[in-house]
Amino acid sequence: MTTRLFGEPVQRVEDPRLVSGRGRYLDDVDDTGAVHAAFVRSPHAHARVRGIDVAEAIDVDGVVGIYTYDDLEGAAAEPLPLLIPHPDLAHPRTGYALARDLVHHVGEPVVMVVATDRYVAEDAAERVVVDYEVLPPVVGIEQAARGERLVHADVPGNVAAVSTQSFGDAAAAIAAAPHTLDLHWDIERSASMPMEGKGVLARWDAGERRLTVFSSTQTSTGVRGAIAAKLGLPVTSVDVIAPDVGGGFGVKIMHPWPEEVLVPWVAVRLGRPVKWVEDRREHFISSAHERGQLQTVKVGFDDAGRILGLEVDLLHDNGAYTPYGLIVPIITSTQIMGPYKPGAYRVTFTSLYTNTVIVTPYRGAGRPQAAYAIERTMDRIAQHLGLDRTAVREANFVQVEDFPYDYGLTWQDGRPYEYDSGDFPASMAKLKALVDWDSFEQVRDEARAQGRRVGIGVACYVEGTGIGPYEGGHVTVETSGKVKVAIGLSTQGQGHQTICAQIVADELGVPLADIEVTTGDTRRMGYAVGTFASRAAVMSGNAVGLAARTVREKALRIAGNALECDPGDLELVNGVVRVKGDPSVSMALGTVAVLANPLRYAFDEASKAATQFTGGHVDDLPIAAGDEPGLEASEFFAVSRSTFANGMHAVVVETDPETAEVKILRYCVVHDCGRLVNPMIVEGQIHGGVAQGVGGALYEIMAYDENGQLLNASFMDFLMPYVTEVPDTIEIDHLETPSTRNPLGIKGAGEAGTIPGSALLASAIEDAEGFAITRMPISPSELFHLRQRHAAGEIPAVANQAPAAKPMRKRTTRKGPTS
Amino acid sequence: MTAEELHDVSLVVNGVLRTAQVPARRLLSDVLRHDLGLTGTHVGCEHGVCGACTVLLDGRPVRSCLMLGVSADGHEVTTVEGLTRPDGSLGPVQQAFVECHGLQCGFCTPGFVTTATAFLRENAQPTRDEAVQAISGNLCRCTGYQNIVRSVLRAAEIVRDQGVQP
Repeated sequence: MTTRLFGEPVQRVEDPRLVSGRGRYLDDVDDTGAVHAAFVRSPHAHARVRGIDVAEAIDVDGVVGIYTYDDLEGAAAEPLPLLIPHPDLAHPRTGYALARDLVHHVGEPVVMVVATDRYVAEDAAERVVVDYEVLPPVVGIEQAARGERLVHADVPGNVAAVSTQSFGDAAAAIAAAPHTLDLHWDIERSASMPMEGKGVLARWDAGERRLTVFSSTQTSTGVRGAIAAKLGLPVTSVDVIAPDVGGGFGVKIMHPWPEEVLVPWVAVRLGRPVKWVEDRREHFISSAHERGQLQTVKVGFDDAGRILGLEVDLLHDNGAYTPYGLIVPIITSTQIMGPYKPGAYRVTFTSLYTNTVIVTPYRGAGRPQAAYAIERTMDRIAQHLGLDRTAVREANFVQVEDFPYDYGLTWQDGRPYEYDSGDFPASMAKLKALVDWDSFEQVRDEARAQGRRVGIGVACYVEGTGIGPYEGGHVTVETSGKVKVAIGLSTQGQGHQTICAQIVADELGVPLADIEVTTGDTRRMGYAVGTFASRAAVMSGNAVGLAARTVREKALRIAGNALECDPGDLELVNGVVRVKGDPSVSMALGTVAVLANPLRYAFDEASKAATQFTGGHVDDLPIAAGDEPGLEASEFFAVSRSTFANGMHAVVVETDPETAEVKILRYCVVHDCGRLVNPMIVEGQIHGGVAQGVGGALYEIMAYDENGQLLNASFMDFLMPYVTEVPDTIEIDHLETPSTRNPLGIKGAGEAGTIPGSALLASAIEDAEGFAITRMPISPSELFHLRQRHAAGEIPAVANQAPAAKPMRKRTTRKGPTS
Repeated sequence: MTAEELHDVSLVVNGVLRTAQVPARRLLSDVLRHDLGLTGTHVGCEHGVCGACTVLLDGRPVRSCLMLGVSADGHEVTTVEGLTRPDGSLGPVQQAFVECHGLQCGFCTPGFVTTATAFLRENAQPTRDEAVQAISGNLCRCTGYQNIVRSVLRAAEIVRDQGVQP
């Protein structure tokens, strides 16, 4: 038997190319004959464009064209699409591809310059003079909420949307609860910050009237649809290809970016290829950010810490526009549930405009804020009652017998927020064993005796993954026996080609080396949604599994016919169809592919076997009714419910008594994403997610000043973790609770590592320091100042209960580690 | 503003003499990528922080986005493409990154591979701490560095076991 590859840590098929410089990222695609675009971007956060003078710029040698809003026509001149409308989004606003009259954030494109060379395009862009009337900017959530200044004159109070969801009567439950707390949490902005920025290359073939666009995107079909609409072209005349993409993390699911409209538009207009590659400063000031929220939590609970009622009010900063709708705050407001089942819940979010870069999903997409709100609240409940922090969480867990667990809330896809599976008590038991939670008091005491401050934190999350509507997979067996697979969503380093090849290899019994997977190319798969919400493995993985299953059935049928035996007696092993128990009766899969396509004309030795004079009954239809030629199939996998992965993290930190630096001593992860297709890849996803979670908790912030200028728009000043800032080791234990919502039983894994970061590190730092931490991320200097304020009596002390002090949780009685 | 003056540059890239005519301000990274067609060298920040564009100049790692192409005239440059073995198979550092899942999107990888190569040529038996130090000037947004550190240590093993040059 061929070894089953599903579940094996198979080395990635992508890598030999990528490690040897043979990757093909956007700026590597053949751009012969291309001219290059550069943009004049607004230096002001809020201003009226009074005039644009291009006289000096147009004389720069090598300039091909300079374009402003007035040059745009038709749909290209209309506002950019509102991608995800929502009934509660009362005042949606989207920008224009090039600013029309007003600019609403620093970095908004105002003028496009096209020249023979990017250097020259930038020379000319520098010489464009834009006359601005500077208007008062709105920066920060508090200022937006005050509503004294407006981002959009016709949006009262800067409020894009107010949205409420609830189950039960939370206010009444809180009023009747034995204990209540009022809590305030503050979480700041960060951003996806992939190592490769965005970029677009467009080629217009005037003869064929065909547009080919390469974009560094997480959705080639989405970009294709948007370009076709904006340029007034039939969708069938536009191909969009996502080549190798150098990281996405959410920012590249937003589309169409102004440049994704403008570059193809000008390529058609000029009749020659046009390229734009985003530079790092452009990425900081004109791509998306995420995270910023102010959270107010009112919670009522019983003596065991069980939440009886929970009311949450979120102020969400959506930046200057709302092209991605309300997805981020909707996710926060639902995923606050985490693994818990409060008695009653009411959440209201207010989505506010500010004169800053737009806010669209960044890895986690509202979930880090959700975990922050509920996990910090769990810590406070434990501290209030003098209970162990894990015990309070356990008291609130959804239990195994509760699944499927429907909260009565509406999820980001408009469908019920209903968990499929999980085993939260088992996950917590694993985590406590992994980090040795119950012995930590001793570790802390010993450290304190040495004058050191250490603390432990814990945070849980549930991650809705594998969201619909659908994805497809196309599987073709060539006459050579090689298998070509296409999925429609694009890939940014998650190893989609490898996991899809693993799934197909198992189904078709062909070696991995004979399978090639194409992603994100509308020429190969025209129907797709995109890569976001940790959905690729769930959606595309199952789709290619179904397509390969169909191909397998067809192969067995055709081979059964040719070998004159029952398809049920056949098996597919190592590229050969053979009779079970009698391998001498066999046929290469490539030969089956030949037979699947009855021919009149032979084009090589193999195809001679399929021509008309080579056999078959004279009265049979060459292609049976309902059948199709070729050994290939497309299948689509659609879902009516997301699948919900979960995880629990623990961290041990040490804070420097003098410098207030935070050092991570241990980082432990228990992760349940259902069945693992490739554990090596899943662990890689966790590693990267944890690094981004740590970055978001300790280092990364978007430092806007009161004028809406981003002060740290470079890698010198925006502190992304280097190797020296991540934990030395990330200790991982898996639980595999299969999803009940797809044939492969898998759940998404892409975002998990990032989600609990801020909640977790706040919990641990608070434990080390003994006073309340309510604002994240936290820098050493901020922690230093908090210490001073705590010493001055301005910040309350908090104390976490030692687990061993609680009789019910003695080490001898705890649940032991599971396998 | 008129056309820029061009300068002749000749440099040995991956063992082959290459020439180009370039403006004085053209970055070495752009010369390699766009004039010489070696797109394996990637540009992540254009201000010398991320290290994706690292190449070896006369054997020493440099940021090709912080150097002008004309400054490389007469020098030897090794890019990630030049680190495969003579038969085209993966070099030891490249092989280690594949074995250890030391990359995800792969965009920063050429800079790590060149940096690690230069490091291992100086220190063939590094400790973990030394390996961490060696790559501590390169940014990766995907991997959390765990497997990159493993890759560097694994590369040292391959170099040792096979008696090859990194």
